[in-house]
Amino acid sequence: MTASTSDAPLVHAVNVSKSFHGNEVLKGIDMDVATGEVVVLLGPSGSGKTTFLRCINQLETIDGGRIWVDGDLMGYDDRGGTLHRLTDKRIAAQRRDIGMCFQRFNLFPHKTVLENVVEAPVQVKGMKRKAAEARAMELLQQVGLGDKPSAYPAQLSGGQQQRVAIARALAMDPKLMLFDEPTSALDPELVGEVLKVMRDLATRGMTMIVVTHEMGFAREVADRVVFMDAGVVVEEGPPSEVIGNPKHHRTRAFLSRMRQEEQAHAEAVVASVTGNTEALADAPGDGGDDGARDTAG
Amino acid sequence: MSTVSGDRPGPIKARPVRHPWRWVAIAVIAVLVAMMVSSFVTNEKWDFPFAFEIMQQTPVIQGLWAGTVLGTVGSMVLGVGLGIVLAVMRLSDNPVLRGVAFVYTWFFRAIPRYVLLALIGVGVGFLYSQISFGLPFGEQLAGAIGIDTTTFTFFTLDWNAFSSTIWAGILGLGLSEAAYMAEIARAGILSVDRGQTEAAQALGMPPGRTMRRIVLPQAMRVIVPPTGNETIAMVKDTSLLIAIPIINELFFQAYNFGQRGFKILPGMVAATLWYLVVCSILMVGQYYLERYFGRGFGAVPKKAKQELTKIGADH
Ligand SMILES: Nc1ncnc2c1ncn2[C@@H]1O[C@H](COP(=O)(O)OP(=O)(O)OP(=O)(O)O)[C@@H](O)[C@H]1O
Ligand SMILES: [Mg+2]
Repeated sequence: MTASTSDAPLVHAVNVSKSFHGNEVLKGIDMDVATGEVVVLLGPSGSGKTTFLRCINQLETIDGGRIWVDGDLMGYDDRGGTLHRLTDKRIAAQRRDIGMCFQRFNLFPHKTVLENVVEAPVQVKGMKRKAAEARAMELLQQVGLGDKPSAYPAQLSGGQQQRVAIARALAMDPKLMLFDEPTSALDPELVGEVLKVMRDLATRGMTMIVVTHEMGFAREVADRVVFMDAGVVVEEGPPSEVIGNPKHHRTRAFLSRMRQEEQAHAEAVVASVTGNTEALADAPGDGGDDGARDTAG
Repeated sequence: MSTVSGDRPGPIKARPVRHPWRWVAIAVIAVLVAMMVSSFVTNEKWDFPFAFEIMQQTPVIQGLWAGTVLGTVGSMVLGVGLGIVLAVMRLSDNPVLRGVAFVYTWFFRAIPRYVLLALIGVGVGFLYSQISFGLPFGEQLAGAIGIDTTTFTFFTLDWNAFSSTIWAGILGLGLSEAAYMAEIARAGILSVDRGQTEAAQALGMPPGRTMRRIVLPQAMRVIVPPTGNETIAMVKDTSLLIAIPIINELFFQAYNFGQRGFKILPGMVAATLWYLVVCSILMVGQYYLERYFGRGFGAVPKKAKQELTKIGADH
């Protein structure tokens, strides 16, 4: 709680391991994230990226290792070397300072946009409704949805829903934001608006851990890229190195697969827009160096 | 889908599909209704005027309010409340709570309501004439240390006096209903996407509040329609209150009134008509409840929309 000094990492994860029914999904992950840092987690499907994010805010319990967030040991009380599991209430309290955005948004469908954003500050922090609503309107403006407070989530596009979800998380004034593929459930033309909000958030100094396949975002916004495969960290470093000049063959294989997909995807989009199906037919396997979605936003 | 410019198809003026069997059905139904109406008019044993008279008798109206309506409302409040608690227990991590909820549901689903009401009305009073609320084994404890044996008793219920009131009926019907409501509520809670709980947890909401604020309101969408059916069934089950016995109840009073005039049938008709009225009102109420709990899932109710626009305009 008070252990954090300016140079201590905000997230300090050591040797984190996690199994599901004997299937070891995380095999000793170490990760430090400094305050204000933006870390992008890359890795093939099933490599454990989602699981690791969920371990950080205790949506999953870990089997081994330790995770500290802002000096707080997550999920346990360390009493002289013996760990005591925290009660649900205290775990809930630990989560207040960690915002999370999900692939499928998970907005509360029975509440309006404004109610979604106001819910946690009022219910969890005990903020006055008026003050919470004023703050919520500010945040909705920040994510470009100041005109939609009374809409229900079902009336919004996916991109708008994800931006509301970001505003909802920000309403708790988190120290850390976790993003789990925030744009992968979106139609391509809606990806940019969400990435723009996230970019904006990074500029404001928010500490973020982002799982994404958006290479352009990783290259421009990330301070550090961490490549995971099969439950271990394979390679990490600045984006120019990990993405631009990967050392490990598994990273290279993954990145070249990503480029192919992006290329095919971009051409499919072009094809669908122009109605020219021939563009699909002669799409080459490996295209240019950059993904076409780099400039989203 | 090639369109020839210059000769583009105009508006559609097609012949609708014919439904000959509909007309046959209408004819058959018309004949049946005509036969029924004619029997109502020509067979004097129906005696509708007397049935209407019975409907307006003070004891019948009293039976309707103090027995049927109060009994339905009371037992449904108890049933829904306890049912939701049981459902949450059934789904909790605590094996003791899960077990208790399971055994409760098992027992109260197995026992017929008529038998349960008879047990409450006659059986329990036979076993225990008084029920005391206080420290467990308080009497024995007080006896052992040699003080007045009622020291640790805070509240005493005279069961025999209690068991003839509508509250005993509400207790019996409500306990039974809770077993069914528990299953309905459980299905409702399970119908809510796990992502909802996780989103609430990620915001730092403790489990109880997550259940009350996020999961249950969404579960209501699934819970309300079958609960409407349960309520309508409960209106009819209040006629079982006679097992307790409670006579201040619609069917007994209407039947009794008819019997005294040696006209049993109008008494039954009077009760039937009242049941129809009550159930029709409930169906209207159910419509509005479903609309309320369906908000955000389909069309937005107009009034809610206006109010919310007002809130938004404040800023
Ligand atoms: N609740 C669970 N129960 C059992 N197995 C699980 C559970 N959650 C995840 N797994 C398994 O853990 C492995 C890692 O999953 P995870 O979702 O963390 O991968 P990921 O890197 O996020 O993949 P993706 O890119 O597809 O989202 C997978 O093999 C998955 O099947
Ligand atoms: Mg994932």
